[in-house]
Amino acid sequence: MTTAAQAHEAHHDHHPTGIMRWLTTTNHKDIGTMYLVFALIMFMVGGAMALAVRAELFQPGMQLMRPEFFNQLIGVHALIMIFAALMPAATGFANWLIPLQIGAPDMALPRLNNWGFWLLPPAAILLTLPFILALFGIGDGAIATGWTFYAPLSVQEGIGVDFAIFAVHLLGISSVMGSINIIVTIFNMRAPGMTMMKLPLFAWGWLITAFLLIATIPVLAGAVTMLLTDRHFGTHFFNAAGGGDPILFQHLFWFFGHPEVYILLLPVWGFIPHILSAFSRKPTYGYKAQVYSFWAIGILSLVVWAHHVFTVGMPVPALLYFMYSTMSISLPLAVLFFCWIATMWRGAMSFETPMLFATGWIILFGIGGLTGLVLADVAADAQYHHSYFVVAHFHYTLFAGGMMGMMAGTYFWLPKMTGRMYSEKLGKLHFWLTAIAFNLTFMPQFFLGLAGMPRRIPDYALQFAEFNMISSIGAFILGLSQLIFVYNIVSCIRGQGEKAADKPWEGAEGLEWTLSSPPPYHSFTVQPVVK
Amino acid sequence: MMDATEREIANRRLVRKLLGVVAAACVFAFALVPLYDVICRVTGFNGKTGNAAAQVEHATRVDTSRWVTVEFVGNTMPGLSWEFHPRQSSVRVHPGQVELTSYFARNITNQPVAGQAVPSVSPGQAAQYFKKIECFCFQRQELKPGETKEMPLTFYVSPDLPENVQTITLSYAFYRAVQ
Ligand SMILES: [Cu+2]
Repeated sequence: MTTAAQAHEAHHDHHPTGIMRWLTTTNHKDIGTMYLVFALIMFMVGGAMALAVRAELFQPGMQLMRPEFFNQLIGVHALIMIFAALMPAATGFANWLIPLQIGAPDMALPRLNNWGFWLLPPAAILLTLPFILALFGIGDGAIATGWTFYAPLSVQEGIGVDFAIFAVHLLGISSVMGSINIIVTIFNMRAPGMTMMKLPLFAWGWLITAFLLIATIPVLAGAVTMLLTDRHFGTHFFNAAGGGDPILFQHLFWFFGHPEVYILLLPVWGFIPHILSAFSRKPTYGYKAQVYSFWAIGILSLVVWAHHVFTVGMPVPALLYFMYSTMSISLPLAVLFFCWIATMWRGAMSFETPMLFATGWIILFGIGGLTGLVLADVAADAQYHHSYFVVAHFHYTLFAGGMMGMMAGTYFWLPKMTGRMYSEKLGKLHFWLTAIAFNLTFMPQFFLGLAGMPRRIPDYALQFAEFNMISSIGAFILGLSQLIFVYNIVSCIRGQGEKAADKPWEGAEGLEWTLSSPPPYHSFTVQPVVK
Repeated sequence: MMDATEREIANRRLVRKLLGVVAAACVFAFALVPLYDVICRVTGFNGKTGNAAAQVEHATRVDTSRWVTVEFVGNTMPGLSWEFHPRQSSVRVHPGQVELTSYFARNITNQPVAGQAVPSVSPGQAAQYFKKIECFCFQRQELKPGETKEMPLTFYVSPDLPENVQTITLSYAFYRAVQ
């Protein structure tokens, strides 16, 4: 890569400034930044809702809110965290990193990229607006069915459901656009010599995520569209009296909903190996095995959805099929765990913040995965279904496995993106507070679930009081310690902190580290050649 | 390495293919509605029994060596203010033997109300062996204010019913009929 060409490009940096720059930008770094900032804001919004929920659950009895409002909070919390925080964060990293990692000048479809992002803020407004409308006496608040929209409840509920349906439509279109863009970029924009089997694992993880998204988001969109027509246009897709079936909704929803879990996790599985290998100063162990495992998990994830509805009533052969197929996903996942650990094995490890997050992530995500095996067991699931055990399980996979993975990635690439080093001391503090408070919040919920506390209920029996109190205290520490994360990011963006070297981590590998920190606005206009 | 226009064409071609995948996924989502119905009917997932009359001719063979207990349950769903319950709670039959039973319904409101009964059989695997020859669930039922009605049901259990099933529960959920 010639630095002369870069300097030349930097010199010709004509783009609008101020708000117009961000509204009209087609630059993958700008769009990536917008996705990441949006995700961070929504992470705080969704987190605030979770804290309101935990505040109500601090003690038995109803203290702070009406049960209807509680129900709205849990549903919108989940929708925001999944669709407006985790997914945009993953797309933000994809935008920033995939072109840099594969040696492309930009994403393949820059204008589509801009539209994809600008659908998100209206969707976020649609999700939260019913709360505000309710203050003025319009409607009865946001969607209160939980994030799963189950019929027939969602057919009977107020306007919050309509708002959520349209929000899901927008979010769905946005992620389909993003996915198409990522697939085209990876297939057509690779630098010469960057064969598919040299592709960084982050790009691989995202490629499979993108395929899962374009295959399953339309099913979710279809399901909520049917819901909409059931609500307003007299169809009976989910109305038993009219010949429909409410159980059909559950199957449609989870046909999307299970792959969604891997949609959220595959990008993280993609970038964890980069971090592990950088701080172990060893190449990634089992690259091919990891790629094949990604594929295996992606494909398997499409045929296991009914494990979410074991208790709804199914013939025994169907139960057995969904149990065994679900459990079989743990085989490729075990291969991944093995590769992650083997990457660290006998490495010259050092524990900077990204590595702390990555190693903590392996342990916590491991707990999430193992408790998933318990839930996949039909006989056990009959007891644990819809209990706090499930809540604890999916927070270990999605907060630890998802968010903490995103945090590892943020600390790892933040110096590259901003050109500044974050405060290592605060980063480590953030990790330890997060890891400890996370366990304090969710470990007791496993026991609550085992003891029979049902989820999505604002009140509980007295015997659950202690564990709930511990969980709420943990949640508040967890929530507040994220302010350190925000502070670290903001101070890097504002140019405080040491200047970052082009390659701030000595063991890091990949094309992105060959560029300056921060990279020039237009990078790789002459494509590098990979040997 | 591709030049810019070549790449543009390749990108467009790939986008078109991917949009095709998205369109196919949309079609698939809506195709799942009838597909689900068919799968449920064939396999008895969900205990769906179908709302159409079965042919009697299969019933000529009566298996007198076996007894099957058929239990009856009836519920009204929210929005339908009827009294509704089976006249008998259970009956013992031989597979293949045609049996007549009835449910009782009364409209306790002061206005005419139409209802639609939706049957379900448990265990689900028995659903396809439970044959209704005549059933009040085949059409919507309308009751005048205070009117009472006997709702007849003629059925038989197919002799092909798996050996391990000794009890079948037939449940009706009565919904307010939709216009
Ligand atoms: Cu699942």
